[in-house]
Amino acid sequence: MNSDEKAKRLRGLQEKVNLIFREIDCIELLERAIKEDPETIIQKIIDSGLRGRGGAGFPAGLKWKGAKEAAGGIKYVVCNADEGEPGTFKDRRILDEQTDKVITGMAICAHAVNATEGSIYLRGEYNFLLSKLSAKCNTWNTIFKDKGLVFKVGVKSGSGAYVCGEETALFESMEGKRGEPRNKPPFPVIAGYMDEPTVINNVETLAYAAMIIADGPESFKAIGTKDSMGGKVFSISGDASVKGIFELPLGMNLQEFVDLFGDDDTKAVQVGGSSGVCVPRKNFADTIIGFEGVPTGGSMMLFNSTRSMYHVLENYLEFFEEESCGQCTPCRAGCQQLLKGIEAVRSGEKPLSYIEKLRDLAQVMSVASKCGLGQSLVNPFNSITRYFREEICY
Amino acid sequence: METITLTINDIAVEIDKGATILDAAKKIGIRIPTLCHHDDLCAAGNCRVCVVEQKGARTLQASCVVPAAEGMQIYTNSRKVREARKTVIELLLSEHAGECTSCYKSGNCELQGLAQEYLACGDAFIDISDKSPIDISSPSIIKDDSKCIRCLRCVRTCAELQGVSALWSTHKGNKTKVETFLNKPMHYVVCTNCGQCVNRCPTGALTERNYIEEVWRAIDDPEKHVVVQTAPAVRVGLGEALGMGSGGVVTGKMVSALKRLGFDSVLDTDFTADLTIMEEGTELLARLKSALQGRKSATFPMMTSCSPGWIKFIEHEFPSLLDNLSTCKSPQQMFGALAKTYYAEKIGVDPAKMVSVSVMPCTAKKFEANRPEMYSSGFKDVDYVLTTRELAHMIRQAGLNFADLEDGKFDSIMGESTGAAVIFGATGGVMEAALRTAYEIVTGREVPFKNLNIEPVRGMEGVKAAGIKVENVKDEWKFLEGAELKVAVAHGLVNARKVMQEAEKGMSPYHFVEIMACPGGCIGGGGQPIPTSPAIRLKRAEAIYEADEALPLRKSHENPEIAAIYREFLGEPLGHKSHELLHTHYTPRNRT
Ligand SMILES: Cc1cc2nc3c(=O)[nH]c(=O)nc-3n(C[C@H](O)[C@H](O)[C@H](O)COP(=O)(O)O)c2cc1C
Ligand code: SF4
Repeated sequence: MNSDEKAKRLRGLQEKVNLIFREIDCIELLERAIKEDPETIIQKIIDSGLRGRGGAGFPAGLKWKGAKEAAGGIKYVVCNADEGEPGTFKDRRILDEQTDKVITGMAICAHAVNATEGSIYLRGEYNFLLSKLSAKCNTWNTIFKDKGLVFKVGVKSGSGAYVCGEETALFESMEGKRGEPRNKPPFPVIAGYMDEPTVINNVETLAYAAMIIADGPESFKAIGTKDSMGGKVFSISGDASVKGIFELPLGMNLQEFVDLFGDDDTKAVQVGGSSGVCVPRKNFADTIIGFEGVPTGGSMMLFNSTRSMYHVLENYLEFFEEESCGQCTPCRAGCQQLLKGIEAVRSGEKPLSYIEKLRDLAQVMSVASKCGLGQSLVNPFNSITRYFREEICY
Repeated sequence: METITLTINDIAVEIDKGATILDAAKKIGIRIPTLCHHDDLCAAGNCRVCVVEQKGARTLQASCVVPAAEGMQIYTNSRKVREARKTVIELLLSEHAGECTSCYKSGNCELQGLAQEYLACGDAFIDISDKSPIDISSPSIIKDDSKCIRCLRCVRTCAELQGVSALWSTHKGNKTKVETFLNKPMHYVVCTNCGQCVNRCPTGALTERNYIEEVWRAIDDPEKHVVVQTAPAVRVGLGEALGMGSGGVVTGKMVSALKRLGFDSVLDTDFTADLTIMEEGTELLARLKSALQGRKSATFPMMTSCSPGWIKFIEHEFPSLLDNLSTCKSPQQMFGALAKTYYAEKIGVDPAKMVSVSVMPCTAKKFEANRPEMYSSGFKDVDYVLTTRELAHMIRQAGLNFADLEDGKFDSIMGESTGAAVIFGATGGVMEAALRTAYEIVTGREVPFKNLNIEPVRGMEGVKAAGIKVENVKDEWKFLEGAELKVAVAHGLVNARKVMQEAEKGMSPYHFVEIMACPGGCIGGGGQPIPTSPAIRLKRAEAIYEADEALPLRKSHENPEIAAIYREFLGEPLGHKSHELLHTHYTPRNRT
């Protein structure tokens, strides 16, 4: 494909979805939505097949249903705008350009689950958005009042740790405590923020929810595949010919993706940021971007043959060594061991076979860690050490 | 109560809803190893040693926090579980400076036990233990971060049981640590030295500062006359540390052991516990007299001052209420002051050549002995404080077969005591002892409780309150006729805080309050055998009350040696000599 063909094809794909950044009348949507009964709204979200866009991919409709059915005094809706995953930068743009849509999504959710308070947990580094978002929240709070929706939304600024994006650590942080993941169960829909039933969704999930109510579940379902319905906003970085933020259908295979975004020398794509898997060139054609293949919160990092995968892995491990919250053993000590371990193998202090021990360790971390952070390290570690072994030990 | 049924290793178990998988396993006799879990503390789910496999679940479950659910199929000993546990233990070992051959906690270290059980390898992974210097600033507690495995039992203890939060989890990732405020040395923070964290540390990261070598040196020095006193709670704890199970009273064996170790005089803190009652009871009556006769103002509630952890707590947290404290020194310090004056004179020993050692269930006593006020004999009143654990250690070093020792008798004088003194060891005991004496002084009759057992102030309730009506009083106490003496007892500093907050607002309804820093009182002290748990403390408390009932004399004022010391040396309670030797003052401190 030459660059014109690429551009054309890319435009075609984007037009196929075109939900997140399409302008709509949010006030009109809200009016319409709050006239529908909550069950109908939830059913539409379930029917649409929308799964969480923050990474874990939990079905959004079921989450809402759980919160609706949960007993509780006050219920909350929290928008997770912590966006800490390395290589992910799409929530920032969605929030900035489509604030109304995100807040409308929260309000629809509130109506559906009978929540009365909402919060946007904003990544500390995005504080430049704070005043704008606060002003928007005020405007919307007035609108809610006018329209008779008992709901108030506000913004909370995060304080920097990656782990605070994990939903229960986020609640702890919002409550003014040390940002550490909680033991689950109970899950947030039963006991979340302030131990009350809480729906927590990613920025993008909420924006899609609004669009699903606007357009109906059918058109959303029509995009993507059986297991990965709808579109997805990707953050594309690294050795890419085109970089930035693109909304595309889910379910493409990596070869198609690399054909569009690669630089003709792509040797690996890290799908889903530092906690995702690394896919080598030989697997591109067989790898679907979506929940049936490699899921992603949006981050797609492309690496070409000039890159050392040792350094890529080392970089991720340095990140995790610091960003583990430090409370559970497998993750706190495990992250350090993985990093120290590959360094020791590289320097010859440990034999090559030590890599196998580290891979076993990563496996144990994936089943014994308390939260998704420690559990997902196995993804980059075991994929990179498997496919790029010769770059790790030589 | 709703119950649920699950299977563990294919054995069906029915258990109350809300119970954890760990509880369910325990119910059918399956032991799941734990580290961060502790019966006294909130569940953390951090160490991941207790993981089990749940059929159908992708991840392993931390059995100490995951509630048992209907139909769950749990496997506690599958290959996946064993491998994960072993790896977790090996990771902990990599964070832990393994000095098992020389570590003070060796033999009573939960990590060591687990490593042995799982045949874990100490150098499976690269050493990542913390390299900061050992904190030896405190006379009571040593903090060695290189042995810390971040289970946070100490942090939870300090926050949940004591409400002090001198220790906190700080930083994240590879820098995660247990630190004091701004990582200042332990001696310079709000730490009360209570040692509850030491009691719950599974490794050697937090230990008492031990003075075993110093004491041996004194014993070995032929020039020195070494006097030892033993606190009430030691006699119901020592056996535990020497493999005899919890709850027995081993007073006689303890005395024999001390004599065999080579102490020159083996005496009893219980003697000065009785003395404390005389002084403190008189102080209370004096305060009541000034208040009720309206001549002078008096501060209420009066609060006990036997527990040095509690003293440091109030100095930091409620410095404006220091006047509420009884001015009485603790029994340990009364003893120290008398040992190098009264006792030295009686037995004709030069106090300069006397070394005074105490055996305490307490780590804060080590700090207390070092307070600048504690030199009223002209020397350091108490030279070395050993915990129950240190004494057990010395007994083992000496090769004594403790369980087989004959029962010995305390030396005289300052070796005689009453049941009232023994119960100082349990929460409510000082109150009960004080009431037994004060009521009788005022009315001429015994306290109106069956068998002298003042049940309302006993037991493990955090704050206990009681009232006792004073009627038909003796002539000289007429002003007390018909009054109701209101008392309260709190143990554990979170409970102390509750009582203090009331007092701070001027809303305290009490005349007299007993406060002990440690849960359960001294029987649960920071120097007592490890482990501790509510069940263990209950057994120790039962033993204390047994010991009380077994004694012929159960009221402090009936102790003949007490009568003698007033007659021959002190004069009268609160008299001039008492003030000089037995009373003290306190120091306001700040909160950092
Ligand atoms: C370590 C860690 C970091 C996370 N960071 C984020 C984040 O920055 N943004 C986000 O939306 N979800 C993040 N998540 C996922 C959330 O825990 C949660 O699943 C998500 O907010 C749910 O929303 P969704 O269902 O709409 O995706 C993170 C999870 C983990 C384990
Ligand atoms: S897995 Fe890591 S980030 Fe998650 S709770 Fe454990 S230490 Fe914290």
